[in-house]
Amino acid sequence: MSRVIFANFIRFVVLVFIQAFLLKNITVYDLAVPYPYILFVMLLPFETPNILLFPLAFLIGLSVDAFYDTPGLHAAATVLLAFVRVLFISITVQKDGFDNDPEPTLGGMGFRWFFTYSAVLTLVHHFILFNLEVFRLSEMEYTLSRFLMSSVFTVFLMLITGLLFFRKKRA
Amino acid sequence: MRNLLIFITKYSAFFLFLIFEGIALYVFINYNDFQRASFINTSNELTGNLYRNISNVNDYLKLKEINDSLARQNALLRNQLMSSLYIDTAGHRKVNDSVYKQQYTYIEARVINNSVNKRMNYITINKGSLNGIGKGMGVIADGGVVGIVMQASPHFSVIRSLLHKDTRISAMLANSKEGGSFMWAEDMDPHKGLLYDVANSAQPHLGDTVVTDQHSLFPIGVQLGRVSNLKPKTGGFFLNMEVKLSVDFSKLEYVYVINNKFAQEQQGLEALQKDE
Repeated sequence: MSRVIFANFIRFVVLVFIQAFLLKNITVYDLAVPYPYILFVMLLPFETPNILLFPLAFLIGLSVDAFYDTPGLHAAATVLLAFVRVLFISITVQKDGFDNDPEPTLGGMGFRWFFTYSAVLTLVHHFILFNLEVFRLSEMEYTLSRFLMSSVFTVFLMLITGLLFFRKKRA
Repeated sequence: MRNLLIFITKYSAFFLFLIFEGIALYVFINYNDFQRASFINTSNELTGNLYRNISNVNDYLKLKEINDSLARQNALLRNQLMSSLYIDTAGHRKVNDSVYKQQYTYIEARVINNSVNKRMNYITINKGSLNGIGKGMGVIADGGVVGIVMQASPHFSVIRSLLHKDTRISAMLANSKEGGSFMWAEDMDPHKGLLYDVANSAQPHLGDTVVTDQHSLFPIGVQLGRVSNLKPKTGGFFLNMEVKLSVDFSKLEYVYVINNKFAQEQQGLEALQKDE
């Protein structure tokens, strides 16, 4: 248990640092901006209680906000992300029948499940993020293309990270 | 009562979502108000110091470029020195200058955090209220306008960049003195801006300089950029034109904060007008 808490704490710090200092000024063709810090919320263990999940999502959103000078923007998007995560897991994963507690990782759940999971969650998060940031219908077309390209970039980074820390589930 | 509790625990995810989303949106919407202060940004000690350390490392890697730009500016200033001018009038006498009174003073500062790829970009600098920086002051760089100070803590200040969806600056064409408004172009190109609401009688040419006018909080004549495209965006009553920005925001290193000594006097006078 303490190992899980420690691992998640390290993940939190590392992801916020990478987001704030490395990825902040990376843009591809003025369109794609990656936000892979949401990996933290995605990789929390399945049995995380809701009462803990939402404050954690809020906290990492606010931490990124502090570095991006946009208080509340990322927090709002990550809280929504946490909610979609609860819905997605309740639909696709059976609660009982786990022998050794699995984690929602690439190695633990397989490529197909993890790809759908990260793609759906990233799309929801980025959609809210970009539209809340611009908050103008007149720029919809451009915002949508930024949202799509950024989602592709983020999911790509997530899958690469997943492969980097790939651990096959022992049968 | 028991049923209510069961109901809430069963849908705990939804209620928790509502609570935290509410808090987040409340914080977000309030911060957009220019007037309110907040501590969740890069002007607080923790994030400010982290960014300053990172920027120290970055600066080291960019030393060559900074040296070049400083040398260039040195040369420019040297040209304006009295000693580099040839005096061609024989009887040169000293004039005790009491006609001019200094209106603007400049505080130089270093950029420690900056971005150009968002719809709302902010810049953090390493000087704050202890150095005399206050909310609402204009900020310029070597080439032109950079932004407006939004918030100042004792050691840091956050500037709302020119590259921000809500930044508007009163500007004019330098040649014809035709006034208009300046904002960042909607396609988020960090090198382009838009001069809009220029009277139809104006006849702008490609390459005309766009500068701040007397209504802005900057001194008159600070450069914003050059007209790069004349295609009117809408067929309205006014002209719009694209402007190539003179400041390269992605390479911003040093900026100058403008302290207008008469600002308070002017605002006080204008406030009196409003009360009546």
